[in-house]
Amino acid sequence: MNSSLQSAAAGDSSSAPDSRFLRRKAVNAAMTAFSLACVLLALVPLISILAFIVSQGARAINLDFFIRLPKPVGEAGGGMANAILGTLELVGLACVLGLPVGILGGAFLSEYGNSPLAPAARFTADVLSGVPSIVVGVFVFALVVRPMHGFSAFAGGVALAILMVPTVMRTTEELMRLVPGSLREAALALGVSHWRTVLLVVLQNARGGIVMGVMLAIARIAGETAPLLFTALGNRFWSFELNQPIAALPMQIFTYAISPFDDWHRQAWAGALVLVVLVLAVNLVARVAVRQRVGGTP
Amino acid sequence: MTSPHLQAPRPARPGKRAARPPKGPAGPAEAHAGEPGGTAVVQAGPGAADPQSHPRRSLGDTLFKVAAGGFAAVVLLIAVGMAWVMTQAARPSIRAFGLGFLVSSAWDPVRNAYGALPYIFGTVTSSLLALAIAVPLALGIASFLSELARGPLARVLGFLVELLAAIPSVVYGLWGVFLMAPWLRNGPQAWLSRHLGFLPFFRGTPFGVGMMGAALILAVMILPTISAVCLEVFRAVPRAQREAALALGATRWESTRMAVFSYARSGIVGAVILGLGRALGETMAVTMLIGNRPQISASLFAPAHTMASVLANEFAEASGDLYLSALIEIGLVLFGITILLNILARWLVWRTVGRFGSTPAA
Amino acid sequence: MSTDILRRAPRSSALAALLSLALTLAAAGPAPAAAASLTGAGATFPYPLYSKWFDEYAKANPGTNINYQSIGSGGGIRQITERTVDFGASDPPMTEEQIGKAPGVLHIPTVIGAVVVVYNLAGVPAGLKLDGETVAAIFLGQITSWNDPKVAALNPGVSLPAQAITVVHRSDGSGTTNIFTDYLSHVSTAWAKAVGKSTSVNWPVGLGAKGNEGVAGQVRTLPGTIGYVELAYAMTNKMTYASVRNRAGEFVEPSVAATTTAAAGAVSKMPADLRVSIVNPPGKHAYPICGFTYLLVYREQGNRTKGEVLAKFLWWAIHDGQRMAEPLYYAPLPPPVVSLVEAKVKSLESGGSVLLK
Repeated sequence: MNSSLQSAAAGDSSSAPDSRFLRRKAVNAAMTAFSLACVLLALVPLISILAFIVSQGARAINLDFFIRLPKPVGEAGGGMANAILGTLELVGLACVLGLPVGILGGAFLSEYGNSPLAPAARFTADVLSGVPSIVVGVFVFALVVRPMHGFSAFAGGVALAILMVPTVMRTTEELMRLVPGSLREAALALGVSHWRTVLLVVLQNARGGIVMGVMLAIARIAGETAPLLFTALGNRFWSFELNQPIAALPMQIFTYAISPFDDWHRQAWAGALVLVVLVLAVNLVARVAVRQRVGGTP
Repeated sequence: MTSPHLQAPRPARPGKRAARPPKGPAGPAEAHAGEPGGTAVVQAGPGAADPQSHPRRSLGDTLFKVAAGGFAAVVLLIAVGMAWVMTQAARPSIRAFGLGFLVSSAWDPVRNAYGALPYIFGTVTSSLLALAIAVPLALGIASFLSELARGPLARVLGFLVELLAAIPSVVYGLWGVFLMAPWLRNGPQAWLSRHLGFLPFFRGTPFGVGMMGAALILAVMILPTISAVCLEVFRAVPRAQREAALALGATRWESTRMAVFSYARSGIVGAVILGLGRALGETMAVTMLIGNRPQISASLFAPAHTMASVLANEFAEASGDLYLSALIEIGLVLFGITILLNILARWLVWRTVGRFGSTPAA
Repeated sequence: MSTDILRRAPRSSALAALLSLALTLAAAGPAPAAAASLTGAGATFPYPLYSKWFDEYAKANPGTNINYQSIGSGGGIRQITERTVDFGASDPPMTEEQIGKAPGVLHIPTVIGAVVVVYNLAGVPAGLKLDGETVAAIFLGQITSWNDPKVAALNPGVSLPAQAITVVHRSDGSGTTNIFTDYLSHVSTAWAKAVGKSTSVNWPVGLGAKGNEGVAGQVRTLPGTIGYVELAYAMTNKMTYASVRNRAGEFVEPSVAATTTAAAGAVSKMPADLRVSIVNPPGKHAYPICGFTYLLVYREQGNRTKGEVLAKFLWWAIHDGQRMAEPLYYAPLPPPVVSLVEAKVKSLESGGSVLLK
């Protein structure tokens, strides 16, 4: 236990509480200033990047951008409609494949931490979060594209799902762990079976944090290019079958950004702006939905 | 923050709402107030009741455990699958170079001589530097937003920090090349070169791109991950912990340090590991800012190369079996380095936060 | 209470909403009534031109959807070898080893690209004169200062600053690098011995940048740099570029015309399979650093419908398509080369009979 607090509480005057107290106050003030500075420091690159994206891409944003297919260089009226839809589809597919694994796997790690499987899975998830996305793309190429003899949206979804699972699993685990044991005990004491406790009590209470983890994962995979190059490939046209190549915003952005033409550059920036707004929109929608359910500050 | 007004669990009777028990489930403060020693720090534990000791283990429990365990095991399957596929593909290179691959600095696709050492150096250095910059910042941000900021302000600022996570990697790279690198070159690097250029860390011509540029962009990219997770973790610490410390006369900072940091230690470690993972695997932004020169140099101004970026750069065009195989072996080495760094970072952060959080003030 | 579990996922209802929105948009979007759909992948260099071609061809032949994605020449070669695409594209021709794995593959040259030496030097206007040995020496790290006597000797009357030369090269494998190092190997025995030619080499000095755009970006923002990019990037970014001395001794500025001239000069030594290097060719007005880019197709087309579409498209590309090359800074094929390519396209067959009558 903190000795200075003990002595201060005991009113011990021999330990010179004034100077010690002043020092503690000074440290407190310094750390407050430091943490404020951290926040302001973090905002600097953010504002710079956003201003950069907007200044480069705002001009190319118009209705055509959202409803038209890409056009060759120099022709007006092209857009990235298929890429926007493609990103939504791929992220959706990744969520369908990856969220059950991530959330329920994280629940397992948190609730059954004694099982020998848990530390192994936890450590593996940590290691997997460090695998470069291009390696995942190549792996899925060997696993899915080769046997299917073609690029597909499905392969792209699998690659993105693999990328999202470690983040979701670990944040779910950490947030569920922090739910106080008393809640679990109370539910069990009332006769609720263990699995219902986990799903209805613990998971619900950690909901806000889990959503945050999922949003972090979505933000990352929505912006990934490398794994999609070898799985979804990309498409100039609309594509709706899961077994056909599909366009995606980051790939289209990259293709345009590395070209020599200004017109395409501006479209690339516009694409980047749309991508950021898209991710934020999904983020906001999910948070609002969760907040309403809980009915109070998360 | 865990809501005191949690849902009352309903007994298994469809269509009937259970009456709230008169005293309600004990809030965390009551549950732990009586602990001996009156320590303000309470260890968070995973779910209290061990299912094994529960007298009535229902079919549902077993099924759930098996299903959830199955999902958790999926990551093992993926990792093992990936490692196996990569080892198969890297076999020609492993056979050709053996262990020397890890200590060789060669990289010549024309003469088919390959070595991973400069890439290992670049990856480890840039990631650790990025962590060193981002972790204190993230902890500061999370502390501020969970402790010191008022409701709406905290939400807005938290949202803005998360905005950083939504920016695609390629955009970070472009911003870095066109804005950050020139600023670095003409500003901080020029100053460092002039005044501290005798140190081996600041030797050589500043280009803007190089180890320093890469470490900085990585730090900016992993900052939202670490701070968002830390923020949620801090918020989940029961209020009672902080209030107990404050009630005993701690300053705000001390209560954060003692109550929050220790309680949330596991979560902080998890956040840092996630950030580390992102830093190790980041390709697009790093490759635009690191100079892409496979060399080992003490200077922060010097260009370098990382394993992820050489993979991303050269994989698409690599022709020649040994070349491709060497690249995949680099991927395998990255796997190995990730494992080592994970162990190291986990141990380091656990010790630091633990010690930091519960050190008695002098 | 079992419904609680269903209520647990507001995300899924949001997801369902998004999916149904997507499907609605899909129904609204033009559904291609595809007579044939082809997929191709490969080199990034010709992507702008190919996307224009596929668009124009689809306008002239409604119902044809050709989807081409740039994943790199190496990727194109790999995918056509594995037959996951209908055609591939590559700047450097395939090696013997690669052809061995993809027997029956044909190389169809489509257009020609030029590699331009760009630099960023305050006070020095465009048109710095350089020759092969000097460029090689700079990229070898032997010439380190802009006012080096060798550079000055080629540029009498130009005042060169005493600034260090910073070399910028490609960090990713690329057909552009292949052409550039091919040229340097031809004109400098020191380079051929020390480095050699390939899509990716062990650069003695310099910073690596990803992609033509990356090199262009570095050279534009960092003073004192020298680098190499495709013609289109030098032109559209309005960069300062050097005139390079060709085999005939003339200092030639890079241009579309000079590139076509270079290819014409190389026709005499084109082998039957059309895989050829055309750097440092004879010809007074030829630009010395050029190379073809190829489409890769199998002579034997399994699917007759697709094969016919492919053959017809290739015929159109080497005739009508060539008109669209120059505005986008690609050099069209010279007539002698077109004749050779015509023969190749006519040889495409399916099930024993040729596809183009």
